[in-house]
Amino acid sequence: MTFADFIITNAPALLIVVPLFAAFLCPVIGKISTTVRNCWVMGMMLITAAIAFILAYRVFATGPVLYVFGAAATNLAVPLDSGGIPIRIIFMVDAMSAFMGIICAIVGVSVLLYSLSSESRNSSLEGYYTLFFLMIAGVFGMVSTGDIFNFFVFLEILSLASAGMIAYRVDGGLAVEAALKYLVLSTLGAILVLFAIGIYYGEYNALNIAMIAQRMQYTMLDKIALVLIVAALAMKCGAVPLHFWTPDAYSRAPSSVTAFLVVASQASLYGLFRVVFTMYNVTMNCVTVGWIIIILGVLSMVVGVTMAIPQKDIKRLMAYHAVSQTGYMLLGVGVGLAVLGNVALTSAFGFMAMEGGIFHIFNHAMYKGLLFLTAGAIVYRIGTRDLNKMGGLGHTMKYTMIFFIIGALAIAGIPPLNGFASKLMIYESVYLFNPILAIIAMVVSILTLASFVKVFHSVFMGPQLPEYAEVKEAPLPMLIGMGILAAICILFGLFPQPVVDMLVAPAVHALADQGGYIASVLGGA
Amino acid sequence: MLWNLPFITVVVLTLIGLVTVLLKKNIIKILLGLNILQSAANLFIVALGYREGGVAPIFTLAPSELMVMPTPQALVLTSIVIGVATSALVLSFAMVLQKKYGTVDIDKIRRLHG
Amino acid sequence: MSRIVRTAADLLYPVILIFGLYIVAHGHLTPGGGFQGGAVIATGGALVIVAYSYKEISGWLKKNVLLGREVIGLVGFIGVGLLALAFGQVFFFNYLAGSGSLFGMPVPYGINAGELNTAGVIPLMNFAVGIEVWGGLTIVILYMLSGLEKEGC
Repeated sequence: MTFADFIITNAPALLIVVPLFAAFLCPVIGKISTTVRNCWVMGMMLITAAIAFILAYRVFATGPVLYVFGAAATNLAVPLDSGGIPIRIIFMVDAMSAFMGIICAIVGVSVLLYSLSSESRNSSLEGYYTLFFLMIAGVFGMVSTGDIFNFFVFLEILSLASAGMIAYRVDGGLAVEAALKYLVLSTLGAILVLFAIGIYYGEYNALNIAMIAQRMQYTMLDKIALVLIVAALAMKCGAVPLHFWTPDAYSRAPSSVTAFLVVASQASLYGLFRVVFTMYNVTMNCVTVGWIIIILGVLSMVVGVTMAIPQKDIKRLMAYHAVSQTGYMLLGVGVGLAVLGNVALTSAFGFMAMEGGIFHIFNHAMYKGLLFLTAGAIVYRIGTRDLNKMGGLGHTMKYTMIFFIIGALAIAGIPPLNGFASKLMIYESVYLFNPILAIIAMVVSILTLASFVKVFHSVFMGPQLPEYAEVKEAPLPMLIGMGILAAICILFGLFPQPVVDMLVAPAVHALADQGGYIASVLGGA
Repeated sequence: MLWNLPFITVVVLTLIGLVTVLLKKNIIKILLGLNILQSAANLFIVALGYREGGVAPIFTLAPSELMVMPTPQALVLTSIVIGVATSALVLSFAMVLQKKYGTVDIDKIRRLHG
Repeated sequence: MSRIVRTAADLLYPVILIFGLYIVAHGHLTPGGGFQGGAVIATGGALVIVAYSYKEISGWLKKNVLLGREVIGLVGFIGVGLLALAFGQVFFFNYLAGSGSLFGMPVPYGINAGELNTAGVIPLMNFAVGIEVWGGLTIVILYMLSGLEKEGC
């Protein structure tokens, strides 16, 4: 077996093992010297990203990849002597998981590059990088696991690491306050998920998602479990009415971490979709659940953007926009869910709505990450995050200004940037479903644009302020980190159709195809 | 009736935990509420694993056909470990807040707003 | 703390340590295992920390040693799993079970007292987790105590 075969065969396991290894050895390597540590974290991150891309390539080329931990063979989900019950922890990487893995890899690399300089002023960075790699491992684990309890474990790893990261800059206690809020809410949510897992286990004697999906009866208990799990994961992804942790946590975390917290929230969103589509699918009342998700989405869009407009703190403002954009994803996928049982409507606009929603997850991670990173660069250079105290930075921070413009236009859905591509798909398909929802989505988009024009004006425009005359451009690694995300924003905006055909459509079909998921785990049963 | 006793306990513990988390103002007490909720979830899963006449799944002590599945115990162990980590993190946050703000009352820890 | 408490802590610490290691070592035979054993050892550490003051302890329980223990445990756990890949098996595959080498004895059937030399990689992982929890939990306790000390409690 050659080395390449070895990597390809074991890619799902290595996706978790490499970040964990990097995280655990970081305190030791940090003792040697700062340069060695930086090389270590960057090298490990690049390896992780490479593995994620190899795995994604394999999934998109040849179909879902199954990896059974500790079994005699990687695809032996049901041991021969277990009586037909899949007892082992499995990783089930289908197109949707691979899609989320690509997002995590891209954002992870650019955020790590960025934090090499943005965090270099602080001491005890070993803890920072350890927690960062734990977050990466948590996200990869959540998106690739095929076992509901394992999902809970990775959710908790991610929550604990994120809470540690939010509190990383104590910030006179403010960051700790935000982290405490986040941690208490996450723990509450995790306990709800644990209760739901208990219900599934008691009912179906299985923890394997495919096995539960196969045996799903949609009894009263399943409804309770669904409510618990949807409530918990909607809270974790920052949807209204449980969004109040988002602005605090996003604004107080270091900017690099905030960009990655966006991905962490989307991993919860992925979990929500996975549970709804793969475990329940058409056995439940899709119209009701779909409408609940649509209403959550519309509320998030409207409340997020209206709360964002009066904000004075640049990162807080962007955090409310993150809430608002999450609404678009929920809206798109919710519409797809509401018509899931109806073949004619699904092929007419259901798949397109879901494609829009899923594509928006990708685009959101890119442009929101970019915006948070530019905000971080501004705060890094001038030391305040109050919009009223900023001004005239366009004279000195030209590249940051360009990146900000790209991100702001993308979030507002202006062609030819990637936000436009996915928002157009959402508008078109949602209009066929219900015109009012599409109009609300467009109005929210216009408000988003208005809000970012205001930010742009107060940060970059105007005469050069005397107190910021010495402000320099952000350091090169930060610019490269932002540049990667900006390039992807432009590239995916110019050529959306190949991306949708190659990445998004397989992901959506994998998500909607419950039978295919069960068959690839349990072997055609 | 007796069969349901563990589940009744779960409901009672959940209610106690929720009330503690939602109504208490002291961070330490909120943490205690979270731990009670965690215990309720753990008890729920362990109680689900009970089978009448089953023996503990220790291979060398049991006739093989009457063992219960060890999965619920394994799940609960994992969730206890996670609970320990959460408690430690919340407690250290409470310590930092006590140092910086001089209080652990969440009504007085409200400098973030908006 | 008073001399009675200190003497008791001195006497109890080795006993707790051995009991914790016993739980770690018998993790594959009896209820218990790495985390439980490590937690027991850490309570021993907590007892000593409570009995003495932080200053007296800090020369004896060094943070770097504990951190090293944590890293060794975690890397050991992952390393044991990774070794399976080196043998061309699936990650976490139990390549030692029934192999005849270390911890490789086949498990005897029927009711018996249990044989320590069985279960393959599971005891190795228990040891790794035990060492990790020993270091990790003691660091947590130490950190909290150092926070209290600075306030002059």
